[in-house]
Amino acid sequence: MGQALAFYTLAAFILGFGVLVITARNTVHSIMFLVADFLFIAALYAFQGAPFVAVIQVVVYAGGIVVLYLFVVMLVDLKRPPEAHQDRRRRGRLGMVVSLVVLAELVAIAAYKYVSPGAGLPAARPLEPDNVAQVGMLLYTDYLVPFELASMLLLVAMVGAIVLARREL
Amino acid sequence: MIDLLVIPLIKIVIVLTGVLITVMYLVLLERKVQAWVQTRLGPMRVGPHGVLQPVADVLKLFVKEDITPVRADKSVFMLAPIIVLVPALVALAVIPFGDTVSIFGKPVPLYIADLNIGLLYVVAVASIGVYGIILAGWSSNSKYPLLGGLRSSAQLISYELAVTLTFVSVVLASGSLSMVDIITAQKTNGVWFAFVQPVALFIYTVAALAETNRAPFDLPEAEQELVAGFHTEYSGMRFALFFLAEYANMIVVSAIATTLFFGGWLRPFPNVTMLWFLDYVPSWMWFVVKTFLVLYLFLWIRATLPRYRYDQLMRIGWKLLIPLAIANIIVTAAVKVALSY
Repeated sequence: MGQALAFYTLAAFILGFGVLVITARNTVHSIMFLVADFLFIAALYAFQGAPFVAVIQVVVYAGGIVVLYLFVVMLVDLKRPPEAHQDRRRRGRLGMVVSLVVLAELVAIAAYKYVSPGAGLPAARPLEPDNVAQVGMLLYTDYLVPFELASMLLLVAMVGAIVLARREL
Repeated sequence: MIDLLVIPLIKIVIVLTGVLITVMYLVLLERKVQAWVQTRLGPMRVGPHGVLQPVADVLKLFVKEDITPVRADKSVFMLAPIIVLVPALVALAVIPFGDTVSIFGKPVPLYIADLNIGLLYVVAVASIGVYGIILAGWSSNSKYPLLGGLRSSAQLISYELAVTLTFVSVVLASGSLSMVDIITAQKTNGVWFAFVQPVALFIYTVAALAETNRAPFDLPEAEQELVAGFHTEYSGMRFALFFLAEYANMIVVSAIATTLFFGGWLRPFPNVTMLWFLDYVPSWMWFVVKTFLVLYLFLWIRATLPRYRYDQLMRIGWKLLIPLAIANIIVTAAVKVALSY
């Protein structure tokens, strides 16, 4: 009961801030709501017994990536809110396509769960309360290949950013 | 009930009061140390040798007019000092101030929380503080604060990497992210990590100066160029919050340095039984003394070194400290693997 209450409270905050992010007129305000949203998501992780993921969420998203967003927004200095696209029909069509894709995805997930509940997920291992070491072990044993691939991807992105920024290297 | 709520609340109240009073007197200490370095007397008028100067300063800040610029973004302008101060105080939660003591026959550990991700928690909390500075600069809607805010956030982001990398090498040496376990590891190994990780200590010291916007890296508030940096438009109590946050941050980084590199609340030579009489000094006293020695280093450096240029600051961060920190991690890991065979 208490758990459910806490979960739904956090979920309500996450969704509420999510809505505020896309409705805020001021870009900086929107980014602040995004940070608040990330903090509540981190709280949700911590509450689910994943403190490591919670802290990484704060460090990487709230503390790292969004600061860079804020930087860009401040340097660009958007005084006016972005204008609506000229062609209203095109906007409608695009929205239609996106929402249909999301809907299809949701239906597919629901149907999949209904047909074979619990399939597709590896059996959840019991988590120790002190799960930092466990996360590390999993990352460097079972999930070594995805982990290394992700790091390669980041390296490529970094090199790409440098090449784009300095064309006359 | 008592263990869950009352004792932690009492500890929080004691820690917060202690830190806030320390901040007040740290300001006085700073003025005094600077004065002595420059063969002056420093504040002398309020109370004997100026000991009541902080009280006078706080009173002054309370009664000063609180100005909000007309073109400022009001809500963000109000929020920014709070966002700066709260992370500085919240980070204190995981710092172990002393050994377990028994009060009325009840064992009470002298920390607010021992998280098994303590060090990461500090990193996470510290990364939030940057927002306050950027937003303060932006919401003032004025050119010097904006420039100061941008400079400061670039500086904080750059040096955060170096700090986090030194944490990694300390964690490699201790085998745990928990602050309490890091101190215990220094006890069982019989050596302060300052001697195991001298390179990490050097990088941490330099980066901590930059992280707290202290001289010689106090570019965000370089008076000659930027008036007062990101808090130019702030006055009264809101300005005091920025001031408070800067000094609280100094205390936090000094306390972390003490915990990670100087054995925290351990007495000097904890494994030498001949020095048993040192045990009569309570463990939290050792912690306070060590922290103040680190704080004194901050003041000393400010009185000694001239300010760096911005490009020099960035070069030191990215081209010297971060590669050095990465090399240190690789060497530490290699030595650790070699020793385990």
